[in-house]
Amino acid sequence: MADYDRPVPVPQPESDYYWEKAKAHELWLRKCNECDTVFFYPRDFCPGYQCKDVSWVQSSGKGTIYAFTIVHRSPPPFREHCPYVAAVVELEEGARMPTNIVIDDPSPDNLSIGMPVEVVFEDITDEISLPKFKPA
Amino acid sequence: MSDLSRMAAIVGVDESDEIGKVPNKSRLQLGSEAAFNALDDAGLSLSDVDGLFVAGPSPYNMAEYMGIVPKYTDGTNVGGSSFVIYVEHALAAISAGLIEVALIVHGEAGRSSRAYAGDDPNMPIAQYEHPYGLVIEPHPYALAATRYMHEFGQERTQNALGEIAVSTRKWAQLNPKSFIKDDMSMEDYHESRWISWPFHLFDCCLVTDGGGATVITSAAVAKNTRKKPVWVLGTAEGHDHGEGILQQHDLCSTIARETGPRALEMAGLTHDDIDLAMIYDSFTYTVLITLESLGFCGRGEGPDFVANQRTAPGGDFPMNTNGGGLSYCHTGMYGMFLLLEAARQLRGECGDRQVAGAKTSLVNGTGGTLSSTGTIVLAAD
Repeated sequence: MADYDRPVPVPQPESDYYWEKAKAHELWLRKCNECDTVFFYPRDFCPGYQCKDVSWVQSSGKGTIYAFTIVHRSPPPFREHCPYVAAVVELEEGARMPTNIVIDDPSPDNLSIGMPVEVVFEDITDEISLPKFKPA
Repeated sequence: MSDLSRMAAIVGVDESDEIGKVPNKSRLQLGSEAAFNALDDAGLSLSDVDGLFVAGPSPYNMAEYMGIVPKYTDGTNVGGSSFVIYVEHALAAISAGLIEVALIVHGEAGRSSRAYAGDDPNMPIAQYEHPYGLVIEPHPYALAATRYMHEFGQERTQNALGEIAVSTRKWAQLNPKSFIKDDMSMEDYHESRWISWPFHLFDCCLVTDGGGATVITSAAVAKNTRKKPVWVLGTAEGHDHGEGILQQHDLCSTIARETGPRALEMAGLTHDDIDLAMIYDSFTYTVLITLESLGFCGRGEGPDFVANQRTAPGGDFPMNTNGGGLSYCHTGMYGMFLLLEAARQLRGECGDRQVAGAKTSLVNGTGGTLSSTGTIVLAAD
């Protein structure tokens, strides 16, 4: 963990809670109390209708791969971590989020859109745990 | 046709003195070289310029460097589409009587720059994309392409991307300024190495240095410029999401679905009236879904539309005749170079790659991560 070499998110006013919960290995999302939309990324209002009545809800952490790419070329510090899988996961609650799929030897043969996945947390620093997903 | 049609014209275009690998010039140098060349092309001088439009360096820094004192500036930066969008902004300023001569400038040492700015931690992509290694443009674009393959078929999509790469290379071979002119077959395409699956190397634009500039002026001034004017018939801009891909709700289309029809309507033309399509080709996939979004074909029909080298020299849908960002030049924000080629084609200056009788062109710039588009329709008399 001390040797973590990739970009570390810096929590911002609207995302403090998201990262605090991630540190506890929980995935929490913003929900609009008017239209019931669960959305990503966290904002203090609903981007659908600019409603300010929003709350936090815990995600089941389950979802499916919505889209993905197997990265073979990337600049430092990601270069030595290739190949890796960058993806957008659609959560059961409806929100979609960018992430990594944690899988050995990624290939188009063992990854597919619609594939069920579940959240796992990687503790990258003492303060930040990054939500990633593995095949469910 | 809108009242704004033919209120302004492109009267000067050019690149910097050198493009491609230019290790010893800054973006300010590349931009100003192009500006001087484009003004010369128009038969105008720097002192005629009263509006300056530039993305990248702030307009006042660019103006200071060139030694001009503009009375109107626009530094809107929505990636590579900015320069196409500036055509609309320049048209607005000219038709409002605020300026007479707009200079649109681009310079970028995409290949050789000695320094890059870091992340702004406030921006969502710094928290939610970059930590996952979605760090260079091939990654999110390739990710979007998998969604298209899922919806419309993997093999036909991959073949379509190959058709676009190969046809663009054929055009590049006819352009003396192209960075890469090697032969490319469909087999070469499919065998080129993976950058970010499903993207091969040949799905991805070049990374070069270069500058470009375009001069736009009023109909009155255009009567006395050196070359025949290229009229601005229609313009439209649209913005779907920010610079990352995390808020792109439809990975299989761009906001050209709105800007294409609007620009054509303003021009009073239909798709069938267009002689030349200049479509931002950051990646082959960008072209595929832009053609669909613009309405040249339906959703999911792009692979059939580009089949059998239809967009190559000799095909019935000439597209990206300069060799595109894929094979001619891609500095990072490529949109400027679309304007250069469209104007030259409509003036009939393109030599071996000239599209015979080309009178109209639709130009579509795409910026960010399939985020923004500017669509314009141009015509020669």
